Amino acid sequence: MGKRGSITFWLAIGWIAVVIVCAITAPWWPVPAPDLIDPDLLATPPCVGHPLGTDTMGRDIAARLLFGARVSIIVGFCAPLVGMVLGSLLGVPAGFYRGRPERLILFILDTLLAFPGLVFLLVFTFVFGASLTTITVALGVLTAPRFARVARANTIRFAEREFVLAARGVGAGDFSIILREILPNVLAPMLIYMLLVIGFVIVAEGGLGFLGLSVPSPAPSWGGMIAGGRDILDQAPHVSLIPTAVMFLTVLSVNLIGDAVRGRLDRREGQL
Amino acid sequence: MNGNNPKNQEPLLRVKDLTVEYPACRGRKVHAVSGVSFDLARRETLGLVGESGCGKSSLARAIMQLPKPTAGKVILDGDDLAACDPVRLRILRSRFQMIFQDPASSLNPSRTVGASIEAPLLAMGHHGREERTRQAKVMMAAVGLDPERHYGRRPHQLSGGQCQRVAIARALMTNPRLLVCDEPVSSLDVSVQAQILNLLREVRGEYGLSMLFIAHDLAVVKNIADRVAVMYLGRLCEVAQCEDFYRAPAHPYSMALLDAVPRPDPRHLLPATGMLPGELPSAIDPPSGCRFRTRCRRAEALCAMECPELREIAPGHKVACHFPTFVKDL
Repeated sequence: MGKRGSITFWLAIGWIAVVIVCAITAPWWPVPAPDLIDPDLLATPPCVGHPLGTDTMGRDIAARLLFGARVSIIVGFCAPLVGMVLGSLLGVPAGFYRGRPERLILFILDTLLAFPGLVFLLVFTFVFGASLTTITVALGVLTAPRFARVARANTIRFAEREFVLAARGVGAGDFSIILREILPNVLAPMLIYMLLVIGFVIVAEGGLGFLGLSVPSPAPSWGGMIAGGRDILDQAPHVSLIPTAVMFLTVLSVNLIGDAVRGRLDRREGQL
Repeated sequence: MNGNNPKNQEPLLRVKDLTVEYPACRGRKVHAVSGVSFDLARRETLGLVGESGCGKSSLARAIMQLPKPTAGKVILDGDDLAACDPVRLRILRSRFQMIFQDPASSLNPSRTVGASIEAPLLAMGHHGREERTRQAKVMMAAVGLDPERHYGRRPHQLSGGQCQRVAIARALMTNPRLLVCDEPVSSLDVSVQAQILNLLREVRGEYGLSMLFIAHDLAVVKNIADRVAVMYLGRLCEVAQCEDFYRAPAHPYSMALLDAVPRPDPRHLLPATGMLPGELPSAIDPPSGCRFRTRCRRAEALCAMECPELREIAPGHKVACHFPTFVKDL
């Protein structure tokens, strides 16, 4: 890591660490319960008892942010993981075998990519119900084609290298070559791409919350909190702006980390 | 010169009518290797030369069964590799190994070089982890690497020459009889080239290897080979003992190749015949008859009609030309 940019990198790491710790320790913070309604204090700015104020229904914003972090973190990390696994299962064989299997898989990917994501999410949550699991899986499936393309491109790059031929030369089979020679090399670019997708997925979850498609209320999510404050943006902007700022910082941090790690990987590749 | 060992009359490797074709667009075929036959004696090194795209690497890979050739026989120690079933071939693979041109590309970048050297033992099965590591370290020392310092390194932390040493160590782990070297020094600096050539010569003696040594550099081949085979557009033009070849090449293409070797002598003029005219024709649609006729000064009507067979013009000296140059002509 170079000297320049390393401070922002560590700030980003720090912020992500804080968010993760908050998500884990949410129940033990000295704040009111996230679904406790205080009818006397609707959309109040920060005050004693409510360090970040309350939302339009008088619920504590700090508490809802803490519990909402759980949704964002789980969806943000697990959905790309689902996408990465699905994408690898499609992309690696496509890049390894080429020919007809590749064309078939690419056709499936193109179809998935052409399908409007929002419609897919609407149908998926309608059929399977809106829960943390279904949203995670749905967003994972939605990102899988992009992961598959990354996996395929990198598999092609490495499958042509001579070390694969050397492995064949000692009698290694396809499965063993994919597992031992290809996957370890494809994993690094996939993880870098995953860091970029995490940001996208957290924003997407927010968008779903805006449409009421994220975790069903009253469970808090950052997207739902932003949506909840939009009617009183002129009178009490903090109701929307505080969760927006938190989401913004989280996505920015993830992207900064992704860029830094990719720069490091590129340098390593350059030495080859 | 180990080629004439009277104890083993049967050659280690016998390649017969080897043909490699790749599908090209619109149902056409690339004739990469067409009916190549040669023998390789035990402990002998055959240098295979030819310009880029003449099918040298295709030939090497066909011998390695990576993938199997389109047609022809590759008989190693009495086993026809091309006709072997996959299970038997997997067992036989330990007897023939290959080293590649690009040392960086021939090692898995995500692995330590120690793990790369052990990989053949792992693929062949039945060795404990510690035994594999022990053998790998012994082999590293044998190819001039420091086992303690280099075992845990990754390929990008080593130089090209060191990577090639690792590749040689990996190829030797299965104790092969035949080592196919596909331009093993072409991508290295000249000083490193000499080191790697010395190492190959050393391990050849120590392990009793037969080598098929592919190169486009005639000086390198002269340095290491017992016999030389010249390839042009998928066919062998000439096979001869090393000194015969460099002293008295018989095929017009061989002569052109030798003439094209740059000489560090400013007074040396290009031969009267000049450089070879034209370009290598396409392997999709090779010329009829002799494939070299389109660039040959001696070509006559016969050359377009009839493909010249590889004929012996002197003991151990075979030429595929209707009008070869004999020593007495020079």
